Amino acid sequence: MELLNKRILEENIFKILMIFSVLVVVGSLVLIFAVIILNGASSISIDMLTQTSSPRFYLGKGGGGMLNAIVGSLLLAFPSTAMAFLIGICIALYLQRDFLHPSISNFIRLCLDILWGVPSIIYGIFCMTIMIAIGMSTSLLFGIIALTLLEIPIITRSIDESVKMIPLSLKESAYSLGSTKFETAIKVVRRQALPGIVAGVLLGLGRGIGDAASILLTVGDSNFIPNSLYDSTAALPTMILNLLSMPDPNVQSKAYAVAFVLLIIVLIISIVSRTLTKKSTKYIIK
Amino acid sequence: MENRKLRDLIGSKLMLVITIFIAFLFFLILFTLITGSIYIVGDQSITELLFSSTWKPRSGEFGLLGVIIGTIIVTGISMIISVPISLLTAVYIVEYAPKKVRQIIRPFIDVLAGVPSVVYGLCAFIVFVPLVRDVIAPFFGELNSSGFSIFTASLILSIMVFPIIISLCVESFNAIPIELKEASLSVGATKWETVKKVIFRASGPGIISAFLLGFGRAFGETIAVSMVIGNQEKIPSSLFGQGQTLASIIAQNYIDVMSLPRLESALIFVGLILFIVVLIFNVLGYLVLRRARGKWNY
Repeated sequence: MELLNKRILEENIFKILMIFSVLVVVGSLVLIFAVIILNGASSISIDMLTQTSSPRFYLGKGGGGMLNAIVGSLLLAFPSTAMAFLIGICIALYLQRDFLHPSISNFIRLCLDILWGVPSIIYGIFCMTIMIAIGMSTSLLFGIIALTLLEIPIITRSIDESVKMIPLSLKESAYSLGSTKFETAIKVVRRQALPGIVAGVLLGLGRGIGDAASILLTVGDSNFIPNSLYDSTAALPTMILNLLSMPDPNVQSKAYAVAFVLLIIVLIISIVSRTLTKKSTKYIIK
Repeated sequence: MENRKLRDLIGSKLMLVITIFIAFLFFLILFTLITGSIYIVGDQSITELLFSSTWKPRSGEFGLLGVIIGTIIVTGISMIISVPISLLTAVYIVEYAPKKVRQIIRPFIDVLAGVPSVVYGLCAFIVFVPLVRDVIAPFFGELNSSGFSIFTASLILSIMVFPIIISLCVESFNAIPIELKEASLSVGATKWETVKKVIFRASGPGIISAFLLGFGRAFGETIAVSMVIGNQEKIPSSLFGQGQTLASIIAQNYIDVMSLPRLESALIFVGLILFIVVLIFNVLGYLVLRRARGKWNY
């Protein structure tokens, strides 16, 4: 009896520890949101959303906003996600058993997993090295390249995971009707993997828009909306860093507003991803 | 007919080329980092780079010892904090939580994984820096800490690693065949005993690979760390003193790269170290998982 009590005691102690851990995890998320939303909402204004920044903005002498950073972030994230998607879907479809021997495709999967785990600053320094080597300066172009490289493994692997789940019989029926491998991949497999594609692309977009380390070294900074691919540009994450490095606490508090906008964008992407994934699941043949 | 075959050929070859490109990209990055760092390695010996602690880019001294020690301490502490918490949370989600609670917690963790690192950093800047300065450091008898410290960076890193470890652990717990659990429960083991003796053992490799991947994330995190660590390249004097990590030193020094070519090479060398360490940890994680897959068929 005594032994049983001891065992039940152990069970209860660990149960309490577990609930404590869950509270820590959930609490830290709530803390992050509360801090950013409370601080951000109090320092944000309509002017900040509709005006571009200026030196006076960084010195805290009123005026100016983050429009150029919002536009810059979108100009960086959307083209890079589109490119990463085009590259990613080709790779994911090609990794099927129909095209490649499993041992080769597993090696490529390992490469992709390693690339996924590579810190984003590596992509930044890789692109910066190339940029300096060919004698160019910081620009939107290299930011897009760095983000594309960053997003390729994310998008590819999540498309790949859903392509792997496709029942073989479905592909076989396409083949038996006389379609080629390429036609099957493009017409049948792509449609069947749609939820994975949607989730992967939006996951990549979220990572791309929030990543600072890769673009810090490649896009530079500017107070204007970029006119061409070769212009430097501001972006939301780098603007937060720049504002925070100013000594004036009033200027620093503007960083909270920028982070607030960034967090809202990331949240919207995550909600859209959830709804779209659910919607696209409807068309799948089980 | 010919047209379709031609399209099949062209389409397949195009996909092949792109697939080769991605494997090639991996080696291209490695190659670029190595060629970029040859300049500094030829100039200063590797031992000097790794075991000297003076980092003075302007006078051409690039010793990384302080930074390496800082990185090890920061990553170590953040793992010590986050491993038990994440593991217990994962156990709770899989084994204990009622369905409703589970449905609430999972999206929470997904959102936590998607929060940009600069937002984590800002949050640490607002909350943890004053907390460490006014409460935690004085509690440990360190009265003149600025709050920008190694410990602050470890705290925020441990939060950033939660979602990775939790989701990977949950995945590997779910993969265990239910018969194993049932067998243990049917001979009278309590739930926790089942977790401890059956689940941890069966999914051991999955847990280890989750730790390795979490470690990789903490090791390479740049922005959040550079915002709160204080950015001093000396050997850290205490947990509540300022420091620097391998990743954050790149973010802090890149601005002078154009004027100091030797600094560029030194930073590329730091990038190479990061790349190789992350590579080793990822491959280890993969090997551990592959062994487990062979054993448990998941």
